[in-house]
Amino acid sequence: MVVSTGQVVGSWRAAWLRVEGSWAWYRRYWKSNLYSSGLQPLLFLVALGLGFGSQVQAGPATGGVSYLEYIAPALLVSAAMQSAVGESTYPVLSGFKWQKDYLAVTATPVTPGQLLGGHLLWVALRLLLSASVYALIALAFGAWLNAGALLVILVGILTGLACAAPVTAFAATTYDEGVRFNALFRFVVIPMSLFAGTFFPIGQIPIALRWLAWISPLWHGNELARGVTLGGVGPLAMAGHVAFLAALLAVGVFFARKYFYRRLVL
Amino acid sequence: MVQAKALTKRFGEFEAVRGIDVEVRRGESFGFLGPNGAGKSSTMRMIACVSPRSDGDLKVLGLDPETDGPRIRARLGVVPQQDNLDVELSVRQNLQVYGRYFGLSRAQTRRKADELMEFAQLSDRADDEVEPLSGGMKRRLTIARSLVNEPELLLLDEPTTGLDPQARHLLWDRLFRLKAQGVTLIITTHYMDEAEQLCDRLVVMDGGRIVAEGSPAALIARYSTREVLELRFPPGHEVPPERLTDLAERAEVLPDRILLYTGSGETALEHVHARELRPLSTLVRRSTLEDVFLRLTGRTLVD
Repeated sequence: MVVSTGQVVGSWRAAWLRVEGSWAWYRRYWKSNLYSSGLQPLLFLVALGLGFGSQVQAGPATGGVSYLEYIAPALLVSAAMQSAVGESTYPVLSGFKWQKDYLAVTATPVTPGQLLGGHLLWVALRLLLSASVYALIALAFGAWLNAGALLVILVGILTGLACAAPVTAFAATTYDEGVRFNALFRFVVIPMSLFAGTFFPIGQIPIALRWLAWISPLWHGNELARGVTLGGVGPLAMAGHVAFLAALLAVGVFFARKYFYRRLVL
Repeated sequence: MVQAKALTKRFGEFEAVRGIDVEVRRGESFGFLGPNGAGKSSTMRMIACVSPRSDGDLKVLGLDPETDGPRIRARLGVVPQQDNLDVELSVRQNLQVYGRYFGLSRAQTRRKADELMEFAQLSDRADDEVEPLSGGMKRRLTIARSLVNEPELLLLDEPTTGLDPQARHLLWDRLFRLKAQGVTLIITTHYMDEAEQLCDRLVVMDGGRIVAEGSPAALIARYSTREVLELRFPPGHEVPPERLTDLAERAEVLPDRILLYTGSGETALEHVHARELRPLSTLVRRSTLEDVFLRLTGRTLVD
């Protein structure tokens, strides 16, 4: 008589096993990945922080620090946001639609909710890795004012996850070839990168449009990141920014979980 | 292994499975035969615990999928209709990563991966990426992957669709070996030869219902004759079926040919020639499950 060796694993371990699977993939392709997620923001740092920044006077708008020091934390957060969104669009849709590996995983004892947990955990790990590489090299350029830079990495991960969760939910409800993602990048991600306080204070934006920055997760992330390195943000405001990002993450997870079950269990 | 009573699956208004009773016993090889859209895959997904039933009762390995899904899935092997391998990983990585989801240790998955690559004749491609492998190789890897937890029950949804004859026979051979080891198999197929080869017992499904049940030989004996005479007439010179029907127990008129069901095809053919009818081609063959299906539903299985 055949007795199976398979058994049910705990929820966190199940999510972690998905991370292990992604890691197996990453080991094969890490070079190109690390380039786009870790080194690309460095190009921005060099071109804008050092190059363009040499023409910018330190002043009230930059919090009294050099332009390089002013944008270094925000560039980390902005890159984390972009990479988290990227990881949660086509790769998630492919799991459902093209490669269908999500169907393979949920045929095992692993549930759709644990699979989602594994995805977000993996996004967090990737962000940790690329943000650390960025932070180290930025250190060599003298872009950091103090050890608060370490906290900026955490802020980057939180902001990235707060964007990844709702985008994952969006991807789980995408049935076309991903045309919707182009719109997401064009009308949300790129404007957010440019206008949510990464390169200049949002005080420069006309008041009628400033709410767009206020509701963008990146602005909250940027404020937090500057708060922990450059200072000048009160504890209440800091708590508010964390709460906004945490709430976005929670809502995103709620809907992503719902749509994962809807698409994988029918 | 599987007990279903009045099992029903609805998608909105559409009823894909309409109250079927099925019992699969340990160690047997059981088939769901039917055309596309008959409800086979919906039934399989319910047994695989990835699709909740709409009505009726279902027990898999003695447990209820609704409450014990993960525990059941831990002991199942699933070969889906479409391969869902991780094509950017190597053959070996596919097996190892998958084994981990069943709670196997790294050492266990390493050992099992070697053993399964041997079984699936993929050892020499062990560290190659999956993407460029042939369809037959990918299919064998999918089957190997489904065995990583030494399943007690293996579910195969259209295991050989899209494969060339050689690849099919190799797959069948592997499935026979599994059965010999005592693995219970459930197979859906719309190929009658596959069902005849692989299944001890099967149900014929049509429109979400079971229309017949039994061993392939019993089904053929019950619903068909020993032999079939197939006659094809030249276009424009078709013979009215009434001139032939008295030669056989039963006749089926298909768009391109007439099938005469009879105990002896040769005798019937002699009578056809005696009537000075000149078919373009003739064929005497044994009855198959295809004939059973045609009899039961009035339609051919693969159109």
